[in-house]
Amino acid sequence: MNGFVENLPLLSVVTFTPLLGVLLLLTIRADDPEIVARNSRWVTLWVTLGTFLSSLLMWANFDPGTADFQFVEQAAWFPRFGISYHMGVDGISMLFVILSTFLMPICILASWDSIKVRVREYMISFLILETMMIGMFCALDMVLFYVFFEGVLIPMFLIIGIWGGARRVYAAFKFFLYTLTGSVLLLVAILAMYFTAGTTDIPTLMTTNFPFQIQFWLWLGLFASFAVKVPMWPVHTWLPDAHVQAPTAGSVILAGVLLKMGAYGFLRFSMPMLPLASEYFTPLVYGLSIIAVIYTSLVALAQEDMKKLIAYSSVAHMGFVTVGIFAATQQAVQGAIYQMLSHGVVSGALFLCVGVVYDRLHTREISRYGGLVNNMPKYAFVFMLMMLASVGLPGTAGFVGEFLILTGVFQVNTWVALFTATGVILGATYMLYLYRRVIYGELTKEDLKGMLDLSGRETVIFAPLCIVVMWMGVYPMSFLSVMDVSVAKLVADYHNALDAHAAATGLVDGVSLALGR
Amino acid sequence: METAAVFLPLVGAIIAGFFGRHIGDRASQIVTCLGVGSAAVLSVPLFFDVAVGGNERVVNIMSWINSGTFETAWALRFDTLSAVMVMTVTCVSSLIHVYSIGYMSQDDSKPRFMAYLSLFTFAMLMLVTSDNLVQLFFGWEGVGVVSYLLIGFWFKKPTANAAAIKAFVVNRVGDFGFLLGIFGIYMVFDAVTFDTVFNAVEAHKEDTVTFFGIEGHALTLISLLLFIGAMGKSAQLFLHTWLPDAMEGPTPVSALIHAATMVTAGVFLVARMSPVFEYAPSALEVVTIVGASTAFFAATIGCVQTDIKRVIAYSTCSQLGYMFFACGIGAYPAAIFHLMTHAWFKALLFLGAGSVIHAMSDEQDMRKMGGIWKHVKITYAMMWIGTLALVAVPPFAGYYSKDLVLEAAYGAQTSVGQYAFIMGIAAALLTAFYSGRLLLLTFHGEPRADKQVMEHVHESPLVMTIPLMGLALGAIFAGMVGYDLFVGEGRSEFWRSALAVLGEDPIEAAHHVPAWVVWLPMVVTALGLGLSYHMYMRRPDIPGRLAAQFPRIHQFLLNKWYFDELYDFLFVRPAFWLGNILWKRGDEGTIDRFGPNGISSTIINGARRLGAVQSGYLYHYAFAMIIGIALFVSWTVVGG
Repeated sequence: MNGFVENLPLLSVVTFTPLLGVLLLLTIRADDPEIVARNSRWVTLWVTLGTFLSSLLMWANFDPGTADFQFVEQAAWFPRFGISYHMGVDGISMLFVILSTFLMPICILASWDSIKVRVREYMISFLILETMMIGMFCALDMVLFYVFFEGVLIPMFLIIGIWGGARRVYAAFKFFLYTLTGSVLLLVAILAMYFTAGTTDIPTLMTTNFPFQIQFWLWLGLFASFAVKVPMWPVHTWLPDAHVQAPTAGSVILAGVLLKMGAYGFLRFSMPMLPLASEYFTPLVYGLSIIAVIYTSLVALAQEDMKKLIAYSSVAHMGFVTVGIFAATQQAVQGAIYQMLSHGVVSGALFLCVGVVYDRLHTREISRYGGLVNNMPKYAFVFMLMMLASVGLPGTAGFVGEFLILTGVFQVNTWVALFTATGVILGATYMLYLYRRVIYGELTKEDLKGMLDLSGRETVIFAPLCIVVMWMGVYPMSFLSVMDVSVAKLVADYHNALDAHAAATGLVDGVSLALGR
Repeated sequence: METAAVFLPLVGAIIAGFFGRHIGDRASQIVTCLGVGSAAVLSVPLFFDVAVGGNERVVNIMSWINSGTFETAWALRFDTLSAVMVMTVTCVSSLIHVYSIGYMSQDDSKPRFMAYLSLFTFAMLMLVTSDNLVQLFFGWEGVGVVSYLLIGFWFKKPTANAAAIKAFVVNRVGDFGFLLGIFGIYMVFDAVTFDTVFNAVEAHKEDTVTFFGIEGHALTLISLLLFIGAMGKSAQLFLHTWLPDAMEGPTPVSALIHAATMVTAGVFLVARMSPVFEYAPSALEVVTIVGASTAFFAATIGCVQTDIKRVIAYSTCSQLGYMFFACGIGAYPAAIFHLMTHAWFKALLFLGAGSVIHAMSDEQDMRKMGGIWKHVKITYAMMWIGTLALVAVPPFAGYYSKDLVLEAAYGAQTSVGQYAFIMGIAAALLTAFYSGRLLLLTFHGEPRADKQVMEHVHESPLVMTIPLMGLALGAIFAGMVGYDLFVGEGRSEFWRSALAVLGEDPIEAAHHVPAWVVWLPMVVTALGLGLSYHMYMRRPDIPGRLAAQFPRIHQFLLNKWYFDELYDFLFVRPAFWLGNILWKRGDEGTIDRFGPNGISSTIINGARRLGAVQSGYLYHYAFAMIIGIALFVSWTVVGG
């Protein structure tokens, strides 16, 4: 078994299985669109399940004892330019792959009935999206990374623009405009790195010492792209629109995985490759993140659209993440990664919760609902659990990340921890307020009375999410131990680089001081 | 056995919560009562083994959150403090479970209610048996969330929903301080496990840190932050506003959560962290002042409230103040002793009030009661027992604990101690007054309810009155029986290292105060009771006249010192207002307007203008060409 796995290019298998599914979908030939649709759904479901299983195989064979990249594959691509097809995962990226493959079958199931037109094309978009996402987390070459990173945009753009709501075109263009601006700067940064270091190989670049002046500009270039993806304040305004217009499954992937790409970029590039600039810009990141936490929480409080509310809450939660990453302590970084994973599951589940009632009443307006607990108790339970996880209740997934981040940040900067922690109060306020308006109260509105509780399919969707949310809250070690060593190395390297630089400049200062005298 | 005592209620909650529909109401009630009941049965030998026998232990279950040097585990810690708490919680809770069978007999969702009660008990047990601050926080938030669920149990009532959210959010404000306190502990001690922290506290007693720009004594700052958490949970002054509103929940909930268990968690936290607080004398002074002020403040409001449950709620608030100032002067055993006796008699009062409400067809306003004592004799007797215990008449439970707290305050011989003593005596007077007022308004005088209600007044069934009697036993004997163990001669062997005291033992000082200090509480109690008798039986016109004569004071008290209005003005409205402004003006009005929309509309406008130039008229083009040539020529001439 082990020998078999060792010889298998596991990462390529996980990454490209969905593309294989696309080929399968293209072979479906039938005149009746109904049959095409049905077959497409089933094929896609099985393909995504298969991908998930193969990613679990990867987890089973993952060695948490080392910070090195594992399951490494390397093949020449453009040897003249030093660009190669280089894949591998470490403790930081591995769980994001699992997150992506885990959410995908759930998304397919969630789209089962709600997507009625161009089902095959929809499924193809999702499968391509999955390949791009997984590839992005596995890529160990900057060009390869860039291809996947930008490739994600195209299917997402289509999903919002074709299967979205009434203002889908506006939302899709806004989404594209924002992210494309960032992408251009990212490309420039990558080119600059290539011309400085002569390679685009990520592990090599991690050990390259860029001078501070270059780090400064490179960091800004990367930041422009990653900050949009996170999204950080003030470049977050594409997110509420994109979420509101996207179909439910699109929102799930958007919140669950796409928002993590920016923060992952900080962890994979900014921190290890540009430590001096990262430290230099840390106050900026703190400032923007704190604004994000407080500002968007308040805005969430005022929302009248369920999806918008959850979208704004995502911005606030990602504010915690960026604070954690740049605090650069073991707890803060581990907490940030954990927060991303838990947010991926929880916010995904919350968007699914919105989808459940949207499918029935076709509105997301909060005031149209009320009293759903009376006829949808199962739904009320799931929504409650996810709401509490979002609020960060201990024992659920949301607590661990938030708590570790704040613990770590407090050791570095108490002010930042203080302001970020206000999110704990505000988060409770807007979520409880939402829950009350939708779920509690008397069931008086006529059109709500006929709404049925979770169907069998919906129960199948939510059951794994509920289990994972509890599991992540009660026994987080299953996940924390995976990233432990990799994060320790990241943090240690970061501080070593800073110390080395300080020592070097200290020496220079000392010499000039001595000469001056 | 230890694990079973904590986890059996959880098992009951899961069965009733998830399968309640399938197994039916009766089975759900039985299974939850069995779960908590067996925990209570187990807790008694556990108490004797741990507290009396001295077999302290920690049961490790599994690791929880480990990251770098940060380590927490799921573990159950049994020392005297937690054994006392476990026994009190499980015993009171199981009686309340049984009572709920009767009280909720008309409700549609009995399994859900029973599941919540059991889940709450589990969370409380996790809180008191935790071995580290993070698990304590788990229990802390757990009881918070179940209390949110229980306050909002009747989710069709808008007031209940509002009260539930208020309770959770105000508690979160406290939790915010608590969390920062935990981070501070980790910063100083590099650990959050109690034993590690307590063993290292001596070495860190002189540490200074800078929190939020304030450089100060580390342990003082940490203690103050933790105390903010305690204030939230225990409804102390400034963070008390949620407790009276929480009375929207069913009455057994009020008894379980808002009298006997959850609200005392703050006192428990201070007692648990006593090794740290002891090194932070200024923090302890703050604890004393806040506690003493709350004791008085809440009692003043209790005197004018008309809702029977709210009177008891303010009374709880006030009694918690006593416990806090006991902690503040270092008399932790007295605080825990009062906590324990209070659990019995306050639960009794609440459940008694529930029995009255049940009898009066869900009427809670005392102005519409009166003259019913003949119809509900058992409840009446039980309410008397509870009241006598509360106002501290010997030999009822409250007498032993409350008077000791007051004596300790006097014996402390510090200025804050004196303040606490004076406030405590004043509160004792008011306590006696409002308790007497409650009994007289409810049971005596002319019936003020309408005929229909009066005809239906009836004694509650046995399933409700028997738990009342059980609690009454506690209200009578808990003080007598516990006195020697908790605060008597053998107290240091009983508590061992569970509670820390540096320097002189305030309990010792309490035993040697002048005789007038011992007698004064009883005198003011008699006075208060007498006053209430005078005002509500002999001259029932006085209260109305007083209210008319001092309308400002009456309104001020009736409106609870206007705290709700103040907070609404300071926090609630601005938050919504700001949220709207930031959304409409910030996101849409600024970022979008000048960001993506601005850029795209600039481009579109630019393109339109460019398009407009191509008008198709020959003279336009000719004109443009002439201007172009003119410019070109002049540029070459001038520039060349």
